[in-house]
Amino acid sequence: MFVYFLRRLILVLPVAFGVSVICFMLVQIAPGDPLTAIMPVDATAEQQAEMRAAYGLDKPLPVQYVVWVGNLIQGDMGRSIATGRPVAGEVFGAVQNSLLLAVTAALIAFPIGVLLGFVAGYFRDTILDRIVTAISIAGVSVPNYWLGIVLVIIFSVNLGWLPSMGAGPGGSQDWSWDWVHVRHLILPAVTLAVVPIGIVARTVRALAGDILSMDFVTALYAKGMSRGDVLRHVARNAAATALSVMGLQLGYLLGGSILIETVFNWPGSGYLLSNAIFQRDLPLLQGTILVLALFFVAMNLVVDVAQAAIDPRIQRN
Amino acid sequence: MSATETLRPDSPAQILRVTGLQKHFPVRGGILGRQKARVQAVDGVSFAVEEGETLGIVGESGCGKSTTARLLVGLIDRDRGDVRFDGRTLGKDLTLRDLRRGMQMVFQDSYASLNPRLTIEESIAFGARIQGLSDPVGRARDLMDRVGLDPARFAQRYPHEVSGGQRQRINIARALAMSPKIVVLDEAVSALDKSVEAQVLNLLADLRAEFGLTYIFISHDLNVVRYISDRILVMYLGEVVELAPVDLIWSRQAHPYTRSLFSAMPSMDPDNRTEEPPLTGDPPNPINPPSGCRFHTRCKFAEAVCARDVPVMRDISGGQGHLAACHLHDTASGHSRAGEEGLT
Amino acid sequence: MAVAQTDVAEIPVQKSGGYWSGVARRLSRDPVTLGCAAILVALIGSAAFAPWLGLADPYTGSMVARLNPIGSEGHILGTDEQGRDMLARLIYGGRLTLFIGLVPVILAFFIGSFLGITAGYVGGLLNTIIMRTVDVFFAFPSVLLAIAISGALGAGIVNSLVSLTIVFIPPITRVAEAVTSGVRSLDYIDAARATGASALTVIRVHVIGNVLSPIFVYATSLTSVCMILAAGLSFLGIGVRPPEPEWGLMLNTLRSAIYVDPWLAALPGVMIFVTSLCLNLLSDGVRSAMNVRD
Repeated sequence: MFVYFLRRLILVLPVAFGVSVICFMLVQIAPGDPLTAIMPVDATAEQQAEMRAAYGLDKPLPVQYVVWVGNLIQGDMGRSIATGRPVAGEVFGAVQNSLLLAVTAALIAFPIGVLLGFVAGYFRDTILDRIVTAISIAGVSVPNYWLGIVLVIIFSVNLGWLPSMGAGPGGSQDWSWDWVHVRHLILPAVTLAVVPIGIVARTVRALAGDILSMDFVTALYAKGMSRGDVLRHVARNAAATALSVMGLQLGYLLGGSILIETVFNWPGSGYLLSNAIFQRDLPLLQGTILVLALFFVAMNLVVDVAQAAIDPRIQRN
Repeated sequence: MSATETLRPDSPAQILRVTGLQKHFPVRGGILGRQKARVQAVDGVSFAVEEGETLGIVGESGCGKSTTARLLVGLIDRDRGDVRFDGRTLGKDLTLRDLRRGMQMVFQDSYASLNPRLTIEESIAFGARIQGLSDPVGRARDLMDRVGLDPARFAQRYPHEVSGGQRQRINIARALAMSPKIVVLDEAVSALDKSVEAQVLNLLADLRAEFGLTYIFISHDLNVVRYISDRILVMYLGEVVELAPVDLIWSRQAHPYTRSLFSAMPSMDPDNRTEEPPLTGDPPNPINPPSGCRFHTRCKFAEAVCARDVPVMRDISGGQGHLAACHLHDTASGHSRAGEEGLT
Repeated sequence: MAVAQTDVAEIPVQKSGGYWSGVARRLSRDPVTLGCAAILVALIGSAAFAPWLGLADPYTGSMVARLNPIGSEGHILGTDEQGRDMLARLIYGGRLTLFIGLVPVILAFFIGSFLGITAGYVGGLLNTIIMRTVDVFFAFPSVLLAIAISGALGAGIVNSLVSLTIVFIPPITRVAEAVTSGVRSLDYIDAARATGASALTVIRVHVIGNVLSPIFVYATSLTSVCMILAAGLSFLGIGVRPPEPEWGLMLNTLRSAIYVDPWLAALPGVMIFVTSLCLNLLSDGVRSAMNVRD
């Protein structure tokens, strides 16, 4: 098990390296000079060159990359062009808020998804199955940024029950688990939960259906096991796969919340990202994407290892 | 074992001469996925086949029969060893392309060896087309006729529309379309029903006579091998342990492994049943094959010398071409029962 | 919006001969799939022939006729925040949304198939290089990658096409590689190689025909995600630029109207939802029609 963990960990390193190269390249593919935003309009050619040297932009790309990674390792992700504040601080604050949203959405989505999927798989080809299948197809087909708007229309505009934007008084700074704050969380979290409900339900339905049709389930019934006992066996067998799908979904939730955060003005990483894009704040864009991608990589690693811990067959692979 | 001792003296009649053929597959593992070990799939196999002869290769699954077949037709690259075909040596004065023209293969799985999207005619004509032979389609139709499939009925069908026996006839026609001198048949009849198997075997015998073909016939079924072969080569864990004309090996199995292989064969004749217990257990792991004689872990005659020294192939029939690699047949080996009569 | 979910094992291995007529027969008995296909044909058709449908000009607005409700006279579906006819803008909007939603998948299908077939057939070092690079792109959730590239490149139709194509190349490459290495291990490939045919010939005659349709089926399952993402980029303001009619962009510009006429504001999203739902159902229907074994 420990060897498996180490091996997976070592396999992650080249991926992390690749991720950092892509994030580095993002700034390179951006049109225009990264310094235009902060360079005085009337800067002379000499001043421009001086500025480039100061930012290390006169060096060849590989050197720039090494310097950039060196700074990253020391926790320095550069400074935001728009605010002048260190990128690292801005990103981590925002990621915390995104994580709050993503985990809440996951807590809503996973139990519902598992329940729906299990019901559909267990009662395969009945009306219940059809309903769940319809829900899950609708769930994966709906543009969730539009669903967010629809929910705002219903619950904020028409009914006036819940707020339509923000994270409550004090913005992102002082979140606390009281109703004033939590009510801001409900609509974005529910919106975000819809896609993973569809995907988890679909996965669990397939798993439960497959496992129930396997020989060993028949054998368990034949041994005189009760329905409940058989269900428990089936659940354990499906757990490893279901877990990995859900782990990945949590990663997608974090990365996919950008649009939802924009709809609800939720002060998370997506909100930060769209600000960075519109202010052409490339260091901030780069830093946010790097942190989110590395989080996703780490999530993958955790999922793999957890899956192997539940189902030892995977380790042999 | 040294390569040359397996071989008959060089002669112009030999259409194929294989010396010291070796293939080890790397096994990766560990934290960094580095090569940890090597599966010694084929380790120093040597033999020669004369034109028009059929050489049967037998052995348990995993002994390297199929790897040998794929090495011969160049589907996998060999690590070491010389392949001489028709007087020319592969990699020197013989290209892989020429070798492939002269040596074709028929596979076990008749379905997997035909492209499901090509008609039967197209499948057969493909090779001839590649080699630039004249009139590939006409050639394909002639061969279909020759293997007992009416071209008018079958030419435009797809593989899933014909039976397993018919598919194997198509595969044979496909191999023959290249006008090869040697056909390697890798368990070519093993997946067929017994009655169909007999028909296909008869077809193979007819084709051999008609086209003057040389066969290398790989099978785990000794009766089938006996029917079609002139000589039999026995493999164990990637090595050759015995090589003999069919009649000689049928009356006397010199290697204890061959003996147990034969005794595992069901016999119809109650008087002919051996008292020998069949071979038990799986063959040892080819990643770390046993030292000395690779069979010593399962051999009832095994002694210290067997674990220490690698036996060499030697003639045990006074020049009749019956060779075996066993210390029992080498009075100088130090085996306490070497040379004893009636053991094997 | 998860791209990586499809199980490669589900993808049917190619059958031939009377196979396609069987697929067509099964599809003809599937009203849901047929209905979705009809809706998509209507959407694509009306978008393609929009200029000849006698619609109002989608670019001309009127200060006095802003945000007319659904069912107004002269504007069946009302007007938008600049007084432009909604029906015209929704139909014209289909042109750009469908274009940016479908073209990247088609491009990615060709590029990804090329990469995946090459990696799967050649194997070895080339496979390692291609597939490890693909792994790196898989480290980004698809939404994040699309936004990152579009955000860096800036708004514009071409930039959206580029970023979405890059997003969909890795999953298609992965499926193409898996399907190809499966076919590669079959004996008929060995038999073809044993004729002395070059790798290119073997791929052309024996590999492509057997891998392309499972890859294509997989690619069609990505079109709905691509549509949602394409409209999402415009919704964020990094896709199509105003004043072009595009569903995602319309959804964005009408957000200010949700207090005035909420259902009008939600209309462009309905279009995205219906299209993506039909794409998903159609893809599922075709897939299950192809999955059935004889």
